[in-house]
Amino acid sequence: MAEIKLDSLTKTYGPTQVLYHVHADIEDGEFVVIVGPSGCGKSTLLRMIAGLESITTGEVSIGDKVVNGLEPADRDIAMVFQNYALYPHMSVRQNMAYGLKIRKQPKAEIERRVQEAADILEIGQYLDRKPRQLSGGQRQRVAMGRAIVRDPQVFLFDEPLSNLDAKLRVQMRLEIRKLQKRLGVTSIFVTHDQVEAMTLGDRLMVLNAGYVEQFGTPIELYDRPATIFVAGFIGSPAMNFLPATAANGTVTLGNGVSLPGADGVSGPVTFGIRPEHLVPDDTGPIRVCVQLFEALGANTLLHGVLEGTETAVVVSLPGHVTLEPGETRSFSAPPAAQHLFDSDSGARIEP
Amino acid sequence: MVENRPFVTILAHLVLIFGVALVALPVWITFVGASHDGARMLQAPIPMWPGDQFFVNLRQTFLGNGLDGTRTAPVWMMMFNSLVMAMMIAVGKIAISLLSAYAIVYFKFPFRMGVFWMIFITLMLPVEVRILPTFEVIADLGMLNSYWGLTVPLIASATATFMFRQVFLTIPDEMLESARIDGAGPMRFFWDILLPLSRTNIAALFVILFIYGWNQYLWPLLITTDANMMTIVVSIKQMLEASEQTPQWNIIMMTALLAMVPPIIVVIAMQRLFVKGLTETDK
Repeated sequence: MAEIKLDSLTKTYGPTQVLYHVHADIEDGEFVVIVGPSGCGKSTLLRMIAGLESITTGEVSIGDKVVNGLEPADRDIAMVFQNYALYPHMSVRQNMAYGLKIRKQPKAEIERRVQEAADILEIGQYLDRKPRQLSGGQRQRVAMGRAIVRDPQVFLFDEPLSNLDAKLRVQMRLEIRKLQKRLGVTSIFVTHDQVEAMTLGDRLMVLNAGYVEQFGTPIELYDRPATIFVAGFIGSPAMNFLPATAANGTVTLGNGVSLPGADGVSGPVTFGIRPEHLVPDDTGPIRVCVQLFEALGANTLLHGVLEGTETAVVVSLPGHVTLEPGETRSFSAPPAAQHLFDSDSGARIEP
Repeated sequence: MVENRPFVTILAHLVLIFGVALVALPVWITFVGASHDGARMLQAPIPMWPGDQFFVNLRQTFLGNGLDGTRTAPVWMMMFNSLVMAMMIAVGKIAISLLSAYAIVYFKFPFRMGVFWMIFITLMLPVEVRILPTFEVIADLGMLNSYWGLTVPLIASATATFMFRQVFLTIPDEMLESARIDGAGPMRFFWDILLPLSRTNIAALFVILFIYGWNQYLWPLLITTDANMMTIVVSIKQMLEASEQTPQWNIIMMTALLAMVPPIIVVIAMQRLFVKGLTETDK
């Protein structure tokens, strides 16, 4: 058990900088998810914590100890890789025991811990099989088992679910979450899937092009995204962004419709509203021309454009709704669900 | 073929049978020659069917003293020399290539690619090309007429290094990272992970290199003058050149037959691993 401290971490490969001054204080037992699009530096960050990548500047501490100069094996961490990286020539038992064997633990102790981990993950009957005789989900469990037997201070997960099919992914997601709560081990999980991130993490770190866009709880990120990037990345379908101009406490959309807005803001802004927050209202100010709709059963997605403009708008309507392409629907936007962002910097403008 | 035309089937078989006959006929003649007595082998035409002297010849050739008291050079000793040479070459080549490929793939050191290309370029310098300087070096080191002299100049192998490099490159990086997190040092990783993963490739290479070593002719001919260090392949040629007497064809044929046995045993014993090495991709 340990807290992790990232202090102004940067990483450069030759002339290219891939991470810029990452700060984070991760509490003991916390589950932190690092999320971002591919190439944002999230795996690099994880591998720097693991010790598999060198640290250009800054410090990583695990449990009050700066680990910059330590080998991965001496950092007291365990890592689950995307392709599991099980040793193909060893049985499941040997795979799980390998790290303990190298640490010269007594045989009986190794056997006990392997058995314990196998019981937790329900892979007891596969212990003598080779990894290639297992399905993807079972390999995934073995990879986790290999991490658990080590009884480390920190678990690191590098997109471990991306090789599984959709159904199994949901199931394993829940199991990882349960397991982490049960063992209480500080964990860092890297993914590009925002649903995975939202459901797993106590806190989320959103990375974009090497910068931390926001670090907070899933609900904070959803309710009060700090930047346009976070707003567009968190939530599905993504938030609608409408170019607008702010002046004298009102926001004027591209088609000239005015909404009550924030005081003290003027100039070009981006008005954001989530598809599920647009409320059908025949007298509402936001009028949308329907282009097509998707009936998903639980809800219906309306795809259209803001009347009088080319700006695409998506609305999520509860239940079954039948719509005609070409018709115009009106919606109102509750003030609490409105977001304003600076058009230049993309930063959130607090009302 | 999915077609079912009898003519094509028959033709295919004929071609295959002809091919087999072409390869098998010399072996058959060797076998037949090894089963007649010396006198019969000097009469024309040469026999096409086996005689009854096979085990007499085998005893005479292998041990060097016949039932009738005639003495020839004992072939078991030459086979032993050949075996030691072939094993030292095969094992030595594999060990050195594994280590050099490991260094090239997994370690960062200055001029890494330069070193790789230097090893690669030695492909252009087989023993035959560098025979005089190599002989000089071995002679100066006092390794003439020794197993070391027979094997050391042949041990370095660019082909095997290159092959192991390719094998190591197919092993995912996560395997190394996973081992690092498990606490395995460089030698531990090599021994516990890399070696078992290249097991089938090692077996396939062993078969090829053993036969390469066993069939060496020019180098052993140069380096050994002592009859006790002679290899079997060289000895067949020596027997033919025993100019003061008529060649003992039955003994020569038996020696040739014996020379074929160890490579065949190695191929059969390693066959399963060999095929696996060529087909298995699960890394």
